[in-house]
Amino acid sequence: MGMAAAESQFHVLAVDDSSLDRKLIERLLQKSSCQVTTVDSGYKALEFLGLGQGIESNDPNALSTSPQEVEVNLIITDYCMPGMTGYDLLKIVKESSAFKNIPVVIMSSENVPARISRCLEEGAEEFFLKPVRPADLNKLKPHMMKTKLKHQKLEEIEEPLNVVAAAASVEPEIKDPTEVGIKILTLQSELEPKQVHLQVVQQEEQTLSNNKRKSMEEGLSTDRSRPRFECITTAV
Amino acid sequence: MELGQMQKSLQDYTKSLFVEGILDSQFLQLPQLQDESNSDFVSQVVSLFFQDSDRILNDLSLSLDQKVVDFEKVDPYVHQLKGSSSSIGAQRVKNACVVFRSFCEQKNVEACHRCLQQVKQEYYLVKNRLETLFKLEQQIVASGGMISAMDLGF
Repeated sequence: MGMAAAESQFHVLAVDDSSLDRKLIERLLQKSSCQVTTVDSGYKALEFLGLGQGIESNDPNALSTSPQEVEVNLIITDYCMPGMTGYDLLKIVKESSAFKNIPVVIMSSENVPARISRCLEEGAEEFFLKPVRPADLNKLKPHMMKTKLKHQKLEEIEEPLNVVAAAASVEPEIKDPTEVGIKILTLQSELEPKQVHLQVVQQEEQTLSNNKRKSMEEGLSTDRSRPRFECITTAV
Repeated sequence: MELGQMQKSLQDYTKSLFVEGILDSQFLQLPQLQDESNSDFVSQVVSLFFQDSDRILNDLSLSLDQKVVDFEKVDPYVHQLKGSSSSIGAQRVKNACVVFRSFCEQKNVEACHRCLQQVKQEYYLVKNRLETLFKLEQQIVASGGMISAMDLGF
């Protein structure tokens, strides 16, 4: 799989000391079109993120993937694990400047209200009771869309700004009606930058063809009644 | 036996496991995670359950046979077994583990020994039934039939 394809998939780091549960959560996440990395301990999770500082460097089972080569978009971890619990892992992630913005989801086979509220207070996004069901993963949709839109905006904000800059410097000799659209937009100084971006994107659909980019328009018009969602095309 | 009869037998056999409470609805989630690129998922997961359980039951037997039982060790084992059995839908094993844990909490050695026997009994039962289930499926496939996820649900 090329790096471009990997970048466009939502990448989840799943942590569980039970090999059975790791297999289950991996399949569940894959069915939701996520890229999944599974590890069997909080230590290995930190190592993967790049926070481990080689704790397990003599371990023959240490990960061969270099940390931070692939971005982690969400961490889902079991609560009860020997050594470092899911709660411990949550705390470390939330206290790290590099990774505190990664959403963390806790899973547990035990319904202990005090435990659940403690995790949520520490910054966990969700708390899932095991066994985790496909419906639970629907709660992760907003996080997936947020990351997807963020990536799209970052890609799209670079190109339209270049187009706008180019159009503004050209003399008003109208050859192409769409060029007029862009020029008119640059003259509308009242517009907030965000609105300009959205309107320029719409213009772009007509002028530029970039098959790498999925338009926000396309995303919004996707059939919402599809039972199995896919990260790439489902709208919030 | 004719293919249609075999498939009916499989459905009836599967249904009985749910009626007897040996399996619960979680077990029905498993075939839904199986597809062409993960065609052995259910059997892999069930194998993992057997491996984990064999290991844990062995460790539990050893721990409870100690002169002084260390419940700090016993309870996590039961917790693990409760987790795996729950993940696969082995309802009676899970329920036996819940009872087991309450006696661990009370540090009641004798009751824990009885619980271990109960858990083992339920485990061997579900193991036996699942192995029979897979054999029935294999017979159907060998006779040119197809198993669909629907065959396991009702």
